[in-house]
Amino acid sequence: MTTPNPTRRRALKVVGATLGAAAFAKAMEPLREFYSHLSLGEFLQRNYRELSQADLAGVIERLENETKRDYGRDVTIRDHQPIEGVEYGYALNLSVCVGCRKCAEACHHENNHDRRTNNSYIRVFEMDQGSLDFENGTADYDHVVPQEGKYYLPVQCQQCDNAPCVKVCPVQATWKEKDGIVVVDYNWCIGCRYCEAACPYHARRFNWSRPEIPAEEINPEQGYLSNRIRPQGVVEKCTFCLHRTREGRLPACLEACPTGARVFGNLLDPNSDIRWVLANKRVFVLKEELGTRPRFFYFFDV
Amino acid sequence: MTVYALLVVDSISALGCNRPDVPKARRELAPLGAYPVDIHQPARFGRVRIGVPAPNTSSASAGSEKGVAVRCATCHELRPAAPLPASMLELDQFHQGLELRHGVLGCASCHTPGASTTLHLADGRRLQSGQAIELCRQCHGPQYRDYEHGAHGGMTGYWDLSRGPRTRNHCVDCHDPHAPQIRQVIPAAPPRDRFMGERASASAAAHEGGEH
Repeated sequence: MTTPNPTRRRALKVVGATLGAAAFAKAMEPLREFYSHLSLGEFLQRNYRELSQADLAGVIERLENETKRDYGRDVTIRDHQPIEGVEYGYALNLSVCVGCRKCAEACHHENNHDRRTNNSYIRVFEMDQGSLDFENGTADYDHVVPQEGKYYLPVQCQQCDNAPCVKVCPVQATWKEKDGIVVVDYNWCIGCRYCEAACPYHARRFNWSRPEIPAEEINPEQGYLSNRIRPQGVVEKCTFCLHRTREGRLPACLEACPTGARVFGNLLDPNSDIRWVLANKRVFVLKEELGTRPRFFYFFDV
Repeated sequence: MTVYALLVVDSISALGCNRPDVPKARRELAPLGAYPVDIHQPARFGRVRIGVPAPNTSSASAGSEKGVAVRCATCHELRPAAPLPASMLELDQFHQGLELRHGVLGCASCHTPGASTTLHLADGRRLQSGQAIELCRQCHGPQYRDYEHGAHGGMTGYWDLSRGPRTRNHCVDCHDPHAPQIRQVIPAAPPRDRFMGERASASAAAHEGGEH
């Protein structure tokens, strides 16, 4: 037997490989266009929890440069770590809240929200006195407050211990940190919005468009897991201002509250203000029957 | 007036870390390692708005729309002390337009006749106006109890006093002592997201901006 013509075989292989490569490139074309705004570094970036210190430093540098390029502002993005021995709790006194939305406004500026949608992690509901029925509450009221017969219920992320949003995430882009804060890796999020649907408090927001913020209004003190400017197509949420609170400072919404309705502190410190409230006020949580175990508590003065 | 919260000493401050931003007297009084909790002193103390519009000068911005503020002593140290009126209606020369809606209290309930810049407690003890919290708490015990535990009244600064100081609001920062009930306010703008309000303008913006 003679051996097959090696030249002919090689020629067929080369033709086949060329056709195959071309077909593959054509098939991948839509995907390449879809990710055309992504840099290679961002495309290959790993989940926050798998990043080494060096990798994360590189990622943060890239994000700072992109913010400078796209928004024209020098910003500092830091990777704030949980404080040992601290778990955060928040309480809100519904007897003194007047519904002025100063908290929502402060959140809007602190967390670099999109100006066009006036987005905020806090939604203040105007509720009928004697009822906790959100169906009868409105969050878009636009008249002087407080109104007779109404009370005001600000709702933001409840930082649940048994968080439905974390369970439904198909790619583990959101998780609970050891100080109790539920965070999102905005660069790992695929934007499926399962978490937004799962949250019984409507606390998550989706960036339908690229956030628009004038350069001079950008808060330059940013955290990787909190208030850095989020990309289009990802979900975002309240982090109890972890870029502030993990430095020992109070959240922006608390500082902005003109009635002092908000109490924040370390649940593990028996002498903290938040522990005094839990021990001495009749606190409740929203939708307790769902078993989400929030770290956000409400109370009335009685 | 300053209250000092007792906190567990953190390791950094136990080393005697020098903190130039904390006044000396306070550092001596504060427990080791804890930054102080100060109570803000409102600008209104010792001054009164006389209801006269501020002159149209840039330096009058402190007067705001309620008229210029003058020190109590401006008038009260020159004029002989008159008995304090029992009702606002008796005021036909000064303090007109001052709204008094504070239970059944009259001027002399808090102000001291003949000593216009001081206040007095129910038992007659004199207070400087900056000590007004002592006066308020005589009647508003539950509020003061909550205030002491950070559950009433706003604040700024640090929740963690081992890392920085905190400033508490004074009663008078939020409540006008003459009419203490919080007034109605115009709220900040509502959100303009897709699920509520201004649906028409939101969808118009979506078409323009190529949303969805």
